[in-house]
Amino acid sequence: MVNQMLLRVAGLDVTYTDRRATVAAVRGAELSITRGEVVALVGESGSGKSSLAHAILRLLPASGRVTAGAIHFDGEDLLAASPKRLRQLRGARIALIPQDAAAFLNPTKRVGAQVAEVRRIHRRSDRRASAREAITLLATAGLPEPQVRARQYPHELSGGMRQRVLIAIALAGEPDLIVADEPTSALDVTVQREVLDHLGQLVATLGVSMLLITHDLAVAADRADRVLVMRDGAVVESGSTTSVLLQPQHLYTRSLVAAAPRLSGPRVLVDHRVRAATRLDDRGDLGPPVLTLRNVTRIYTRPLGGRRRQEFRAVDDVTITVNRAESVGLVGESGSGKSTLARIAAALDAPTTGTAAIDGIDATRRPERELRQMRRRVQLIHQSPFASLDPRFTVARSITEPLRAFGIGDRDSRRATARQLLDHVGLPAAALRHRPTELSGGQRQRVAIARALALEPALLICDEPVSALDVSTQSQILELLARLQADLGISYLFISHDLAVVRQICDRIAVMRDGHIIEDTDIDTLFTAPNHPYTRQLLNAIPGARLR
Amino acid sequence: MTVLDAGPLARRLAQALFVLWGAFTGAFIALYLLPSDPVTLMLAQRADGPSAVIDPRQAAAIRVEYGFDQPVWRQYLTLLGRAVHGDFGTSVQTRESVSHLVTGALPQTVGLAGAALLIAVPLGVALPVLSACSRHRAVSRLVDSLPAVGVSIPSFWLGILLLQLLSFHWVVFPATGNTGIRSIVLPALTLSLPTAAVIAQVLGRSLRSSLGSAYVELAKAKGASRSWIVFRHALRNASLPAVTVAGLVGGNLLGGAVVIETVFARNGLGQITVNAVTNEDLPVLLGLVVLAAAIFVVTSLVIESVYPLLDPRIRRS
Repeated sequence: MVNQMLLRVAGLDVTYTDRRATVAAVRGAELSITRGEVVALVGESGSGKSSLAHAILRLLPASGRVTAGAIHFDGEDLLAASPKRLRQLRGARIALIPQDAAAFLNPTKRVGAQVAEVRRIHRRSDRRASAREAITLLATAGLPEPQVRARQYPHELSGGMRQRVLIAIALAGEPDLIVADEPTSALDVTVQREVLDHLGQLVATLGVSMLLITHDLAVAADRADRVLVMRDGAVVESGSTTSVLLQPQHLYTRSLVAAAPRLSGPRVLVDHRVRAATRLDDRGDLGPPVLTLRNVTRIYTRPLGGRRRQEFRAVDDVTITVNRAESVGLVGESGSGKSTLARIAAALDAPTTGTAAIDGIDATRRPERELRQMRRRVQLIHQSPFASLDPRFTVARSITEPLRAFGIGDRDSRRATARQLLDHVGLPAAALRHRPTELSGGQRQRVAIARALALEPALLICDEPVSALDVSTQSQILELLARLQADLGISYLFISHDLAVVRQICDRIAVMRDGHIIEDTDIDTLFTAPNHPYTRQLLNAIPGARLR
Repeated sequence: MTVLDAGPLARRLAQALFVLWGAFTGAFIALYLLPSDPVTLMLAQRADGPSAVIDPRQAAAIRVEYGFDQPVWRQYLTLLGRAVHGDFGTSVQTRESVSHLVTGALPQTVGLAGAALLIAVPLGVALPVLSACSRHRAVSRLVDSLPAVGVSIPSFWLGILLLQLLSFHWVVFPATGNTGIRSIVLPALTLSLPTAAVIAQVLGRSLRSSLGSAYVELAKAKGASRSWIVFRHALRNASLPAVTVAGLVGGNLLGGAVVIETVFARNGLGQITVNAVTNEDLPVLLGLVVLAAAIFVVTSLVIESVYPLLDPRIRRS
């Protein structure tokens, strides 16, 4: 292969300016990509990796500017290129695969037309020819039934299919370089694997270069020839994938590699046999399970027009128990029924048939007044700490809200409780006055945990509590949850699509698929001797084999 | 696969009928419970002046004729029953049937409102599109500021200004009357400008938010030009709120036409409305209120059937 330089970024500075401040997002970044090479750019949120990617396409938002450095693409100075020249290059020679297919596809245009458009913009083909080529491109991107799909709108396709449409769009202009900005982080692991496999094959067979931007070290490890690690706007480490991951030089890279959730090695949670004492209540008794779901089925019906109705079994004959101070993981892909089950466990929804008991007391078919009291025992932590906190509430108000709702204590005692809870979750008392926008993602999730603990629940249902967070923050939150369990004897129902994360914190794992629990076993058995083929498929799909 | 099946359509029609009934009843309560006596007023008018002596027997006869002697609830039911059949009685002033009077004047006013809409929609769309496509920030800023000006100008003042310039100073268009196509230009222009301004404001705002969306960013990454992005991506997505507003102001055009017809001394519903109000011609007013409600109902039905054409996500599968 000709080792020819395709892209060279030297000493690049990108700054954002608004009325109040100037922020340096990228500082002195160096990056080079040769023809046919896949380079991964790894970094946590705010590291500047997306700014660097957008600078290469010269698509920075209006507030962002390149203030120093050079970008040369195939020998051409991109910073000196005219808007017209840039339009000729974009799509035709440098293509973008963005992250969130739902937002990046035009909701009112058929997906075929959105692919064909690239051919027409660059005058490669006319309307009719481009429509035909779009179908071929969709097929190349791995979309089944491309003729049918091309006539559909984005909302009619699944997340994985939409991502493939974005790939078809990127391929349409026959580019030399694809900038893939977190191309699969919105997808389930198995779909992520399929899409990345396919993209990897395409890039290899077509000889296209790719800049793969990801927060996931494991994805980078699996897919890239070379890895660059970014932190605070600077590239802190670069080199071949093997050397960066196996012999990281920079302290930050080492901490990233160490923080990546693994499928083997030490876990955050100490073994449940060691924690046996925390399982017993004050009288030295194990007591009833905090949660017992027995033969729970939840059927949703949807009118189809007229008398006809469509039945959908979101949860189908599920039996599961969570004991005192036990952590049970619930793993499955989107649409598997995890969240419906969580709502039933929290007594926010009633099963169509079957029983759901909290502390051994059946919560189904009870009046709302009693349910309200039972709900105190089960609290929820949501995925996004950005959406689950009211931006206008101070931290103190957010944390004391459940206490006010149940009329517990007076103003001063609630305030004292809030201070104590913040201490529990490792935040200073000064944080009480802050509003969510002044906190980082990890801090917000700590506030959400403190709020969930306010009512002293027996069970915390954690719905993907760390998947919106960076790896290093992720492991801190997992450690916090483990410590809280040891201190308070609380139980967790831990919902996640990420087996590596679940492994960190759970004693037992239940694998869900299409509303059923297909495997419910202790953590060691699941990882060493998985029973169900789907479980094996899930395990294989986890990226980062080279990290392990 | 139909866009709307029988269920929602039937519900829409039921809602439309309910709105019409509500408008009729509201207008009835407001008009018939007002402390005034149209009969006295009418007789006074016939006798040429309020000071004339009114014959009580004649007044009583007219009250019987119009049903004013009946209890209020019976008057209401009688009128409602007739209205269902399209009969709104006869004008107290002219003795002409209300439906005949209104339908006679309707074409003039609908023509005026339609002409205004024909000017307003292209203008209201062109301004924000021009601003979005322009590479020069000064141009877009200037164009963006026009709608605010247009919304703030009172239409009667604009009408007088246009008359002053285009009819009296330079004699281009006739100042008054209904004759010829040229007579409609000035009133239609006067009526259209505030409407165009409202459409431009709403469309401009939603166009700006569409242009900031992710799919526009991807379109830029495809190499698309500004005008390609505006016409093939942003405009259709931005048009929904503008269509809603266009429907509302379109319905309002009829109300606006009343003022404009007065300023330009045109025959039409405006003239009839003004006469009916000054003479407390209750049957005519009731008919006009129901007509206005019907126009709003029809416009909103049309608007709602346009939504699914613009946004595939609203279509029922």
